[in-house]
Amino acid sequence: MSGHFQKKVQTKQDIPTASLPDIIFMLLIFFMVSTVLRETTVQVRTTLPQAEALTKIDQKRLVSYIYIGPRKLDGNRLGETGVQIDDALIEDTGTIRTVMYRKLVEQPKLIVSLKVDETSEMGIVLDVQQELREAGTLRINYSSRREIPS
Amino acid sequence: MSLLKKKKRKEAEIPTSSMADIAFLLLIFFLVTTTIDVDTGIGMVLPPKLEDDVEPPPIKERNVLKILVNEQGLVLVEDQPSAVQLIREEVKKHVLNNGEDPRYAEETGKALVSIKTARQTPYEAYIGVMDEVWMAYFEMWDAEARALGFPDYATYVDSIEESDAENAIRDKIKAAISIAEPDAA
Repeated sequence: MSGHFQKKVQTKQDIPTASLPDIIFMLLIFFMVSTVLRETTVQVRTTLPQAEALTKIDQKRLVSYIYIGPRKLDGNRLGETGVQIDDALIEDTGTIRTVMYRKLVEQPKLIVSLKVDETSEMGIVLDVQQELREAGTLRINYSSRREIPS
Repeated sequence: MSLLKKKKRKEAEIPTSSMADIAFLLLIFFLVTTTIDVDTGIGMVLPPKLEDDVEPPPIKERNVLKILVNEQGLVLVEDQPSAVQLIREEVKKHVLNNGEDPRYAEETGKALVSIKTARQTPYEAYIGVMDEVWMAYFEMWDAEARALGFPDYATYVDSIEESDAENAIRDKIKAAISIAEPDAA
């Protein structure tokens, strides 16, 4: 019964946990701030075709996108086929070579990802490819979705 | 007496020890639900621009497997109507022929696949054909890798990347796909 008379230890042994959420929030905010989401508004509809023989592009830095598809108009209507690079619609396909050549100078390992609507006609795609050959950007990628096995 | 009792009451405190757990849960939830979408597609390398004074190298008719896709998305393989699903086997036969069948290529290194479309051909049909041709090459590479004792081609690629060796399979069976210009209408 000696314990009964012993002096009780008064100091708390807990680690203060009140600041833990702050630390976690700091981490969360750090990652939120340092993550860069590049957004471009696509002005053409690109429903990608399905394919099986897919390769992944691991290095997103190397990729430049070209969108080809029917233009999105007001009120859910679709217009004529348009070609878009970055944020701008390309009126004359002949300008693609200068645009892409400049990109190639900046990034010599450039991969051009062609996001082409599945209903587009081959003519425009071949024209763009011809321009890419002129610019010297030869690595391309026909962007497509994974085929859902039936 | 009652007043004294009230003073004894503990200070009102919200327990903060579980706040960290809540924050963690939130963090993990967003970590799991965020998908950084990886771009997938059919990789190709376009042929470099031809100089005006240089003639393209001569290619024997026999070494080229001609695939034609028309405006309706219908396919001709060597001028014979064919289903898209049959292209894979045709390409394999063509590339691995090694001079046996006079209709197909002389040897693997010389085999070429040419895809020609019309200007009005839907892109979807073109990709369907391109996909089958690439799948034929993928399956041939897989078979080669298995012959070398690897489970598949991807494992082989990983193994040579470690040792910095040349990709012998890709050198042996080169994916030679040419995209022909449509006829001027």
